[in-house]
Amino acid sequence: MTTNHILTVENLSTRFQTPDGEVEAVNNVNFHIDPGETLGVVGESGSGKTQIFLSLMGLLAKNGTSTGSVRYKDKEILNLRSRDLNKIRGVSMSMIFQDPMTSLNPFLKISRQMTEVLVEHRGMSEADALKRAIAMLDRVGIPGAAQRVHMYPHEFSGGMRQRVMIAMALLCDPEVLIADEPTTALDVTVQAQILDLLRDLQKDFNTATVMITHDLGVVAGLCDRVMVMYGGRVVETGTVRDIFYDSHHPYTEGLLKSMPRIDRANEDSMFAIPGQPPNLQNLPTGCAYQERCGYVMDRCCVERPLLKGFGDGRASACFREDGQ
Amino acid sequence: MTAMTAPDKRDNAPILSVRDLKVHFPIPGKGPFAKDRPLKAVDGVNFDLFPGETLGVVGESGCGKSTLGRAILQLIAPSGGQVAWLGKDIVGIPHRDMQPLRRDLQIIFQDPLASLNPRMTIGEIIAEPLVTHKPELGKDEIKTRVKRMMARVGLLPQMINRYPHEFSGGQCQRIGIARAMILEPKLIVCDEPVSALDVSIQAQIVNLLQELQREFDLSLIFISHDLSIVRHICHRIMVLYLGNVMELADRDSIYAAPRHPYTKALISAVPIPDPEIERNKERIVLTGDLPSPLSPPSGCVFRTRCPFAQEKCATDVPTIDRVSETQEVACHFHDSI
Repeated sequence: MTTNHILTVENLSTRFQTPDGEVEAVNNVNFHIDPGETLGVVGESGSGKTQIFLSLMGLLAKNGTSTGSVRYKDKEILNLRSRDLNKIRGVSMSMIFQDPMTSLNPFLKISRQMTEVLVEHRGMSEADALKRAIAMLDRVGIPGAAQRVHMYPHEFSGGMRQRVMIAMALLCDPEVLIADEPTTALDVTVQAQILDLLRDLQKDFNTATVMITHDLGVVAGLCDRVMVMYGGRVVETGTVRDIFYDSHHPYTEGLLKSMPRIDRANEDSMFAIPGQPPNLQNLPTGCAYQERCGYVMDRCCVERPLLKGFGDGRASACFREDGQ
Repeated sequence: MTAMTAPDKRDNAPILSVRDLKVHFPIPGKGPFAKDRPLKAVDGVNFDLFPGETLGVVGESGCGKSTLGRAILQLIAPSGGQVAWLGKDIVGIPHRDMQPLRRDLQIIFQDPLASLNPRMTIGEIIAEPLVTHKPELGKDEIKTRVKRMMARVGLLPQMINRYPHEFSGGQCQRIGIARAMILEPKLIVCDEPVSALDVSIQAQIVNLLQELQREFDLSLIFISHDLSIVRHICHRIMVLYLGNVMELADRDSIYAAPRHPYTKALISAVPIPDPEIERNKERIVLTGDLPSPLSPPSGCVFRTRCPFAQEKCATDVPTIDRVSETQEVACHFHDSI
């Protein structure tokens, strides 16, 4: 079967060995992404949304191992040796992180950090690489790029640092851009600038983008398809319209209802999902969401609902899909 | 469903009156003989707070909202102005006079775990204000009150001997709220109390704060950068920019008809969790970042990022104009934009 998926993930599981036992942070995750598409990955802290992408970029902590399959085009890349993986990550697949200060090297000028990858991967001369770095900084809206490229990370504001990160990720024209909460640390006015930038860049470069976020507002504005994670598993998938206007999984529904909205006058009290996010070390038998779910049935406490597809890429892991 | 009604102000004197409050931090000049330069974190803030009312303080990071909260509580010494608590100015009063007032003035912090001493049990943490302020209470009485407060904020009283690291973020914030509430204060400054929490937990904490407010007739100063939450919990909202008030209005006015360009931009930048609305709404996108508070722009501090700035904005500092019974705005051109 031929597809034009740029990235295909099948049965991906990621486990961590900890002093308190094994933790399954990602459990049997499947998805794909096509060129020019934006996939939103939504979930709470500890839901496994970041670990999926650290796994496929080979960036897991030392006590983590992954099984399953990750294909970039037709090439299997999961658990590839660093030397081979380096031909792909940072070149064809780039990742930007939440905190731009800790992801940039504070000792090196931006010029050095940006040209390295071009000299290394593209065989450019230092002078050409610098030209390209300046052009890219200019493209992401950094004023005075030719001068600022010679500055250190601490000389940039938070929003500007995130722009530097984005410019750096785009240097080699990646086909996949993974953005892990890229605007969470930023103020709303700067967040709006960065989201506009990501939208524009996607139009220009036709990049496949993954947007990892907990902010459903960001998802609503930017994503084509959405994958909702809970307790290390995918609990619902669908197009952005499906998820927002016709959510099937009780967790998705609860998440949407508990989001405060700036465009609505408030009601007496907010809808709150009761209880706490699950402890991955101690997941209950059956559905991980059972303790917080308003629709819980006896069956949910003994048997785990599988992700069940119902056409057009839609799926939900809930026994309510069985029609009972 | 009925809208949350603001407390009736006419019958009440303000519990807190802040007048021309300033907090300037001296920053050492460069070079041995250079003078210190003032960093004006809060620069002339005025407002009243009424019993049972929640005032939201919003703005970008670095706008002075946390400094304002701390200056009100005298945790940072103001450089000028008055903070009148129940009609009496508390700026610069001696420590021994301030100490008894602290019973009524409490604070909740953003990072729930970092604001709890990891070596104390949560029972000890919640009891500490009682031990300090009501030393006449016996051990049993303290324990009873701590357990009662734990139950009130949604913690199981039998967890009294556990340590903070055993709790999740949302539960730690409940511990912080119990510690602030144990003396039954009149005012709590909430400094980004839900920003570090997951979406599903934020609503729980906001609901708890609103219940406690109704039950104890609490006044809240709710510092936040999240304008959606602020719309939900606050009766009035103050918008700060570089230590200056841009707009101060009741909730319905400010969200329905913001008058200051900065307020308009802030509100329009908040993403709405609805794809149709979010993709079709009009937005005012501000360019650039917050200028350095060490060298704020002349005239109106917002003019360098304001899409409507004119010559006058660079020369004249706008005064705060009352545009309606419930709305004040500091902009030269609030009538025409």
